[in-house]
Amino acid sequence: MSYFSDIYKGIKTLLTGMSVTGGYFIRARKGAITQQYPDNRETLKMFDRFRGEVVMPHDADNRHYCTGCQSCEIACPNGSIEIIWDRAVDPETGKKKKKIDKHIYHLSMCTMCGLCIEACPTDAIVWAPNFENSVYDRSALTKVLNQPGSSVLDGIED
Amino acid sequence: MNFTQMIIPLNITKTISDWIYSIMPETAASYTIMVIIAVAYLALFAVAGLYLVLLERKVAAWFQLRIGPNRVGPWGLLQTMADALKLVSKELTSTIKIDKFLYNLAPYFVIVSALMAMAVFPFSEQFQAFDINIGVFFLIAISSIGVIGILLAGWSSNNKYALIGAMRSGLQTISYELSVGLSILTMVLLTGTLQLSEIIEAQRTGGWLILQGHVPSIIAFMIFMVAGTAETNRAPFDLVEAESELGAGFHTEYSGMKFAYFFLAEFINMFIISSIAVVLFFGGWLSPFGITENIVWFPQVFWFLIKVLGLIFLMMWFRWTFPRLRVDQLLTLEWKYLLPLNLMNIVLMAIVIWLNWTI
Ligand code: SF4
Ligand code: SF4
Repeated sequence: MSYFSDIYKGIKTLLTGMSVTGGYFIRARKGAITQQYPDNRETLKMFDRFRGEVVMPHDADNRHYCTGCQSCEIACPNGSIEIIWDRAVDPETGKKKKKIDKHIYHLSMCTMCGLCIEACPTDAIVWAPNFENSVYDRSALTKVLNQPGSSVLDGIED
Repeated sequence: MNFTQMIIPLNITKTISDWIYSIMPETAASYTIMVIIAVAYLALFAVAGLYLVLLERKVAAWFQLRIGPNRVGPWGLLQTMADALKLVSKELTSTIKIDKFLYNLAPYFVIVSALMAMAVFPFSEQFQAFDINIGVFFLIAISSIGVIGILLAGWSSNNKYALIGAMRSGLQTISYELSVGLSILTMVLLTGTLQLSEIIEAQRTGGWLILQGHVPSIIAFMIFMVAGTAETNRAPFDLVEAESELGAGFHTEYSGMKFAYFFLAEFINMFIISSIAVVLFFGGWLSPFGITENIVWFPQVFWFLIKVLGLIFLMMWFRWTFPRLRVDQLLTLEWKYLLPLNLMNIVLMAIVIWLNWTI
């Protein structure tokens, strides 16, 4: 009699499925996940894991964590990151030391894969939840991530 | 005819028909009235179809925890109107290698057969355009004509996806037509008539047929809803236009208003299947327990529409819950499960009636 038990099981599983979706239907008015974007622009908060663009955080003294190691540049599969670096004399030890001049990030080429952020040994670059990235000129999407006049936080290499 | 229950709009139609008869010879007048009724139905159900599309989109949104159309008009009520306007104003494109005559004929086949079935439904005691004594038979016959339109569309498009979709449609309709027919036949055993108005009359005293025939009726109802969903080519039986496999199936090559005809026909067909179910199982325009039986002004059409909308919602619920079947699963379901069950069910119903076990 597996024929009839098949029918019974079939109907039962169908009803289980329908009860799940029916529950969603009833709760939909309260918990719709749709963001009505331009209307709620002020209050809209992006999710933690949202990948908008790569940024480099700076602290209050205009210091960042980037040592200029170029790991991110090597990790990037499509060359979205270019690091222009220089050597400067360290005033304490008197040795020459590598430092970044410009950390250039081409947002227009970036695929948001996140490999650069994983590769960075000092977590100098992170994701920003900013998604309003449209501009009128393509060149505006080439960004320098380190702020002008910024320097690397001391002792970050250790 | 029960004149005390006549409601105001029907007085208007009576006045109009009297007036037409007074100014024209008899034959001309009856033809004029036919044309007027046809145009009125056409307009009414085109708009109803548009609102069913809107309902579907809203229901789909709520099932998926979205909001749905809410920008055009209050609560998005004008959204499908705007869509229809857009489709009307669009260019009708086609490929070079189509069979022009059949290609242009196909959408009308589909939409006309859908609208034709509307004529026999008793929306209320007086609101019925065409009360023939083989009403149910007429409905089954008409509802399977639409598939010719789909086959024509697939064939004349000269596109392999369209053709595969159309062939699947033929396969599906031929198979599930049996179940639709047999489950309707089960109910006809109970009423002993094919005339829709009399089927409803039979439920006035004895209660809805789904209660009168209890177990076999409920089985017949379930089979009818499954087969009816398959008849309308809706998910989970939408192999005909399976987007992930066939582009858009049989209407891949259609654009503009011709595409809109196919789209509208799907929704009108859904309305038809639900209406048949309402008439055969849920007492048509009869109010539950006769609660508005004695209220003269209460529109009976209200109950009809409420019941139909309930069943349409059920079909939408199917659509947004179940995944699409494979072709072999589709055929297994019909030939191995629905058809044998249906045949058993007919025998069961016959026994129930023979032994007078109806409620
Ligand atoms: S997210 Fe990927 S593509 Fe974008 S800059 Fe980093 S490594 Fe390159
Ligand atoms: S951002 Fe990180 S990985 Fe890239 S150069 Fe700076 S420290 Fe190295």
